[in-house]
Amino acid sequence: MNENKKELLRVEGLKKYFNTPGGLLHAVDNVNFSINEGETLGVVGESGCGKSTMGRAILRLHEPTEGKVFFEGHNILEYDKSKMKQLRRDMQIVFQDPFASLNPRLTVSEAIAAPMLIQKMYTKKDRVELQKQVSRLMEMVGLADRLKNSYPHELDGGRRQRIGIARALSLKPKFIVCDEPVSALDVSIQAQILNLMQDLQDELGLTYMFITHNLSVVKHFSDNIVVMYLGQMVEMAPTELLFKNPVHPYTQALLSAIPIPDPDYPMNRILMKGEITSPINPEPGCRFYKRCPYAKDCCKNPNIGLKEVEPGHFVSCERIGDPELKENPNA
Amino acid sequence: MADNNTLLQVKDLVIRYETDDGVVEALNGVSIEIHTGKTLGLVGETGAGKTTLAKGVLRLIPSPPGKIVSGEVLYDGKDLLKLSEEEMRKIRGKHISMIFQDPMTSLNPVMTVRDQIMEVILQHNNISKKEAEKRADDMLELVGIPAERGHEYPHQFSGGMKQRVIIAIALACQPKLLIADEPTTALDVTIQAQVLDLIQKLKTRDNTSMLLITHDLGVVAQTCDYVGIVYAGEIVEYGTLREVYKDMRHPYTKGLMASIPNLVENVRRLQTIEGLMPDPTNLPKGCKFSERCKYATDKCREKVPDMVNVGGEHMVRCILANEEK
Ligand SMILES: Nc1ncnc2c1ncn2[C@@H]1O[C@H](COP(=O)(O)OP(=O)(O)OP(=O)(O)O)[C@@H](O)[C@H]1O
Ligand SMILES: Nc1ncnc2c1ncn2[C@@H]1O[C@H](COP(=O)(O)OP(=O)(O)OP(=O)(O)O)[C@@H](O)[C@H]1O
Ligand code: SF4
Ligand code: SF4
Ligand SMILES: [Mg+2]
Ligand SMILES: [Mg+2]
Repeated sequence: MNENKKELLRVEGLKKYFNTPGGLLHAVDNVNFSINEGETLGVVGESGCGKSTMGRAILRLHEPTEGKVFFEGHNILEYDKSKMKQLRRDMQIVFQDPFASLNPRLTVSEAIAAPMLIQKMYTKKDRVELQKQVSRLMEMVGLADRLKNSYPHELDGGRRQRIGIARALSLKPKFIVCDEPVSALDVSIQAQILNLMQDLQDELGLTYMFITHNLSVVKHFSDNIVVMYLGQMVEMAPTELLFKNPVHPYTQALLSAIPIPDPDYPMNRILMKGEITSPINPEPGCRFYKRCPYAKDCCKNPNIGLKEVEPGHFVSCERIGDPELKENPNA
Repeated sequence: MADNNTLLQVKDLVIRYETDDGVVEALNGVSIEIHTGKTLGLVGETGAGKTTLAKGVLRLIPSPPGKIVSGEVLYDGKDLLKLSEEEMRKIRGKHISMIFQDPMTSLNPVMTVRDQIMEVILQHNNISKKEAEKRADDMLELVGIPAERGHEYPHQFSGGMKQRVIIAIALACQPKLLIADEPTTALDVTIQAQVLDLIQKLKTRDNTSMLLITHDLGVVAQTCDYVGIVYAGEIVEYGTLREVYKDMRHPYTKGLMASIPNLVENVRRLQTIEGLMPDPTNLPKGCKFSERCKYATDKCREKVPDMVNVGGEHMVRCILANEEK
């Protein structure tokens, strides 16, 4: 990490609610954080906790319900269509589901070329140059040249994800939201892609928001980590601190559940109760209440909020500091 | 070898896809065996042929371009490849059920999730709609989704929630064999732990066997009894969990293990296995890993190495299998 850090992205009070037949679904509920240039923010949390929605809301692929998103100091939620289109070059996303996010009628090379044509980085006249750039991008992400004319359905998940990465890189963005970019990939390819993304970050000074549920990946890759639960941030800290000293009971359960690739490793998982709070019209108070092994009446306090427990380390839990929180309830 | 406890035995299965760009040799003589109540984990690089194997067992290979060229799939002693489509339909869902890799494509977008679970239950059980609805709701709760969300449609669910619905559908009829293709890849670890615990519980209750396809070597270590490592359409290492993890012999297996980001040590760069899997339309003649293997010699490139037993049930497809490295 460098000394004079420059903030690239700041998110303030971001909310995204969906209208559903059952009521208002609080997918992202008052999220605040910032990311410095050239750094990576890891976002982890349970499936359905709002990570993808948050990533999309930041890029305005879902229009946020409330809040501010500052990119290089400007609130981009105030941008009109044409300014947004310009901004798209700088802010890109690699989608979680490489199949659903690719147009089935475009070949690999067409899919990779499309964003560059839309952004008018190349015109019809530069066909040859464009094709060269497509080849370079394919090589960069490890796609064999023979696949140029293949269609997405003919490819396996790993190769489809590489197309997504090549597309995102094609516009030379400053900021990329990576929504589970490697979870469809096996470990050896995953390592190649992570190294690739790291090289690109070093070379091009890229800034990443890295959404994943794979904690060993997030640990390897991120400078800071945000842990989300049901649309809210429950803990945020520099990576080292979070792994050394997880404070929120959900974070503790999360870290204890990482499957270690050793049959002799004594897994000591903190099991949570099964009852899951619905994100539709959630009750006030801690949203982890129904599953938390430490829940008490005081946890129904409607204004828990993040508190700094050590420099840079924020936690949202009513029982911070209670010695009970340090013990594994299943041990 | 096959005995009374063998529920599924795949012998020398060869599957190809005949495409415009050539013949994809997806599965090149794969043999596996699954015992009653046991779990076999299949691990391998993307494109290695894991899904092809799983779909081959259920005869769900899209044809064209896919073709089961040769081999046998013995389920309870019967060769599934010889059954009529009608007989096969009875096997699917009731006896062998599969959790597909791509949650988006295996759920029906215009049907509520409860209806989709009910549909399978009603298809294979002679019970009233009311009972089926109750069972569907129980299954939803079992996989951690509040039953009151059952009337929603797949697009209203997150990727992980969809995957849990799919697990609910697959387990709704208590199959004897569950084939799970990356069932927890879309899930975070706490839900993954719950889902794996859940599958484990249902497995123990019904003595279900499982073929678990995953690229998470941690998940394998925590759930499987046996492991098969797949590379370019072949099994390159096979054995009990302990044999493979504690005494891995194949250079590819070693490479895989080394490329996992380590939670304890911090490294700037991850170890990788250099290069890519060979083009399946143009496989090398000898050992399929030879292009990437640092121990490769001319001998490796001459012919496909045999599976060698290195003790116990541990089999390795490498000419150096019995040497110390
Ligand atoms: N278009 C939509 N309409 C209604 N609800 C939605 C929509 N998209 C997402 N949701 C809901 O918002 C919540 C958050 O979903 P999201 O996809 O952001 O979760 P996630 O954290 O990315 O999960 P995963 O790890 O499974 O990908 C979920 O309850 C989901 O059902
Ligand atoms: N319908 C198809 N048409 C042509 N080729 C196919 C088809 N389905 C799979 N293949 C090819 O067969 C090979 C094996 O694919 P398969 O999907 O079985 O791999 P996998 O091990 O499941 O990979 P992943 O980990 O990415 O899911 C790949 O080279 C793939 O491109
Ligand atoms: S506020 Fe209470 S219920 Fe919520 S995480 Fe803390 S201890 Fe658990
Ligand atoms: S047979 Fe040769 S090339 Fe193949 S894995 Fe063994 S040493 Fe490497
Ligand atoms: Mg998501
Ligand atoms: Mg597959």
